[in-house]
Amino acid sequence: MIEFLFDYTTLRMIWWILLGVLLIGFAVTDGFDMGVGTLLPFVAKTDIERRVAINTVGPVWEGNQVWFILGGGAIFAAWPALYALSFSGLYLAMFLVLFALILRPVGFKYRSKRDSRRWRNNWDWALFIGGAVPALIFGVAVGNVLQGVPFHFTDDLRPIYEGNLFGLLNPLAIFCGLVSLAMLVMHGAAWLAFKADGVVGERAAAIGPKAALLAAILFALGGVFIFLGWFGGYEVTGPIVWDGPSNPLRKIAAANAGAWLHNFQNMPLLWLVPLCGVLLPLVAAAGFRARKAGLTFFASQLSIVCIIATVGLAMFPVILPSSTNPSHSLTVFDASSSRATLRNMLFATVIFLPLILLYTAWVYRVLWGKVSEKDVHDADHAY
Amino acid sequence: MTDPLLVELSRLQFALTAMYHFLFVPLTLGLSIMIAMMETVYVMTERTIWRDMTKFWGVLFGINFALGVATGITMEFQFGMNWAFYSHYVGDVFGAPLAIEGLMAFFLEATFVGLFFFGWDKLSPRAHLAVTWLVALGTNFSALWILIANGWMQNPVGAAFNPDTMRMEVTDFIAVLFNPVAQAKFVHTVSAGYVCGATFVLGISAFYMLRGRHIQLAKRSFVIAAAFGTASALSVIVLGDESGYEITDNQKMKLAAMEAMWETEPAPASFTAIGIPDMQDKTTHFAIRIPWVMGLIGTRSIDKQIPGIFELVERAEKRIRDGIPAYDALEQLKADRSNAAARARFDATSADLGYALLLKRYVADPRQATEEQIKQAAWDTVPTVPAIFFTFRIMVACGFLLLAVFLTSLWYTMREAPAPRWLFRMALFAMPLPWIAVEVGWFVAEFGRQPWVIEGVLPTFLATSHLSVSDLIITILGFTLAYGTLAVIEVRLMLAAIAKGPATEHTETSRSAILVPAQ
Repeated sequence: MIEFLFDYTTLRMIWWILLGVLLIGFAVTDGFDMGVGTLLPFVAKTDIERRVAINTVGPVWEGNQVWFILGGGAIFAAWPALYALSFSGLYLAMFLVLFALILRPVGFKYRSKRDSRRWRNNWDWALFIGGAVPALIFGVAVGNVLQGVPFHFTDDLRPIYEGNLFGLLNPLAIFCGLVSLAMLVMHGAAWLAFKADGVVGERAAAIGPKAALLAAILFALGGVFIFLGWFGGYEVTGPIVWDGPSNPLRKIAAANAGAWLHNFQNMPLLWLVPLCGVLLPLVAAAGFRARKAGLTFFASQLSIVCIIATVGLAMFPVILPSSTNPSHSLTVFDASSSRATLRNMLFATVIFLPLILLYTAWVYRVLWGKVSEKDVHDADHAY
Repeated sequence: MTDPLLVELSRLQFALTAMYHFLFVPLTLGLSIMIAMMETVYVMTERTIWRDMTKFWGVLFGINFALGVATGITMEFQFGMNWAFYSHYVGDVFGAPLAIEGLMAFFLEATFVGLFFFGWDKLSPRAHLAVTWLVALGTNFSALWILIANGWMQNPVGAAFNPDTMRMEVTDFIAVLFNPVAQAKFVHTVSAGYVCGATFVLGISAFYMLRGRHIQLAKRSFVIAAAFGTASALSVIVLGDESGYEITDNQKMKLAAMEAMWETEPAPASFTAIGIPDMQDKTTHFAIRIPWVMGLIGTRSIDKQIPGIFELVERAEKRIRDGIPAYDALEQLKADRSNAAARARFDATSADLGYALLLKRYVADPRQATEEQIKQAAWDTVPTVPAIFFTFRIMVACGFLLLAVFLTSLWYTMREAPAPRWLFRMALFAMPLPWIAVEVGWFVAEFGRQPWVIEGVLPTFLATSHLSVSDLIITILGFTLAYGTLAVIEVRLMLAAIAKGPATEHTETSRSAILVPAQ
């Protein structure tokens, strides 16, 4: 049994799943921070209302953001080729994300430190950008990955990216950006309905169903586009050595417009995942209307899980397809770290991830309950 | 061959963002520990002034922490963005400590830092104290893992090149963890962070003492800072980074450059206190030498020899020649991976592959290199000596000045007589010193590592991403603009918080006159 666990193929599968866990962990936790940032101008009009909204995420956004940083670190450690290619390929897009994400920590921390209207308004804009821009760009990135990215390797395995920023901003990619934005706005609204007392929570509960409905419709539409073959698709056509060396030049792959449906056709049970990706936002929408904030937030979380998992399942075993040189695409079996590193990292993850979940849960429990205008007013430490 | 301008700009951007990030990190390291100590006193004695001290320094900690986190995000992603070939080449080894840093350390500090600020009314004093210590612990663990990663760049142990995957792969993870260079770096860097924190608290407390404001808070903080600072400054100096410098050829080269030591001298070598190193003539003009000292610092012995630059260049030249067959074997393996003879030859010579790659600056195929080019590449292993020589001396001078400041402060805190005003002025004016020291210290360590990005394994000029110069110009301008604006905002908020002072004023009169400034 233990032998089987440390088999190279198994380790790669585990790390493919963990890649998904990290991305989902990021979207589920930091996702509502980004949603709240995006919603800030719409759910909160006065200064005290804005402070209520900000203080619902104030104590937790820092921990949430670590999912993003850990995601970067774990991709570096477990999928180095993916780390190298995606961040250098999406260079200027990544820069925009970083720029937006740098605004956020300082925005939270500094906004209420000065009692000036202009100062606070400027930081509110910074928080809006820090929420909306990454939410959009992450979706754009997924949209590009689904269509394939123009890159190849030299025989030294030097990654060469051939595209540019404007190539990234194609209509289908922007469409995926909107799916992501709608999904995270739904999630932010669900969080605010759950955590914000008074008018902020109510406005969020009113916007929430619209965002949830939009997320469901756009995601379903995305499925239609896949069916129509608009996104294309890639598949490995040559033999696969599941425990071979991580060298993406040793396989044969090709573009095939129907390929993103193959896994679902081969295992019809998998259809449940995208199906839930459409249905759960509808459950969240109903939850908003029924004023069941806990259920809504839970449904919203699960929607995100299903929507992100759908992308992973559709592409498996491809991780990052190359549009110009499909055989150079990165896959589960030829883009990972060595067996030793995957094993060492698995040890670290098995020890620390449960601890992280445990103390994160404890922190959320300590902070349990709604944030009201009075709380913000009374506390000298509030943002 | 990559555009040299692209390489220079990538390096410039990394240096700018790393050095900027490192303005905030050391203060976070030191201040988190000091705040935890203050809160410990509060929980043990139940005297509220200590809680208010914790909260006051906590506000300044928070302003600093926000920028430390924000600029840290850039660091985590910049390897992939700007150093894609590096990321692929060493990600198998280098990525792991970064990921573990996230798992073990950053999650800890970031999750609990929110509770530190928001948990005062929601937690018992003991539970809150535990939270504060967890933040401090997370911060320090964070430094540990980052320096394990950085230590591996200086001394790449426990890894080997795999011709099947064309990258370095880990062979001994324990060796990577217990890398002696990483350990020396960790102790040195963390102690330097403590010195930053102590100088910060000492300086601001001195400012209050001079102004006669918040005396109760200021004098207690001054005492803590003086004691903690003395211990930390001693630790920085005694456990200096150079303990790791006798391990590898490149570390020795860095040491020789720091000392502008061109010729190997009989042990124990003399120390060049000051002089003007000349890269053209390969000598140091106007050198004032102190016998024995260099040998003692560098080897902690009187009989071990420290190699000079000329000798190290000769060694590099030999390794370049030894690396060419490794490169040749690798090329044959690329053409036919079942070539067992080539594989055997590669395994026998692969330790010097990196040295052959140095030739790629001059010739696409190192096997075609001329004698002249081999000699040139060997001299490339010498970093810019004057830059390293002078920055190292600035760092050391700052270190000793700070030790003097702390010892003087400690001396006056232990006396019953009122302290002179110059003591507080000195503490105030000493505030920039630790930041100068850590920035030039980082420069010595990383600029001194050139031409390598991974010592002996991968030259810096091969490590970049396939980007255009205009991409780099856009991001450098963007980062400069954003970081510049944030620096201005941060300093203004700090100054405002210092001017405002603690939320509650304590006016109890202390019986002793310790540390009340003489009028």
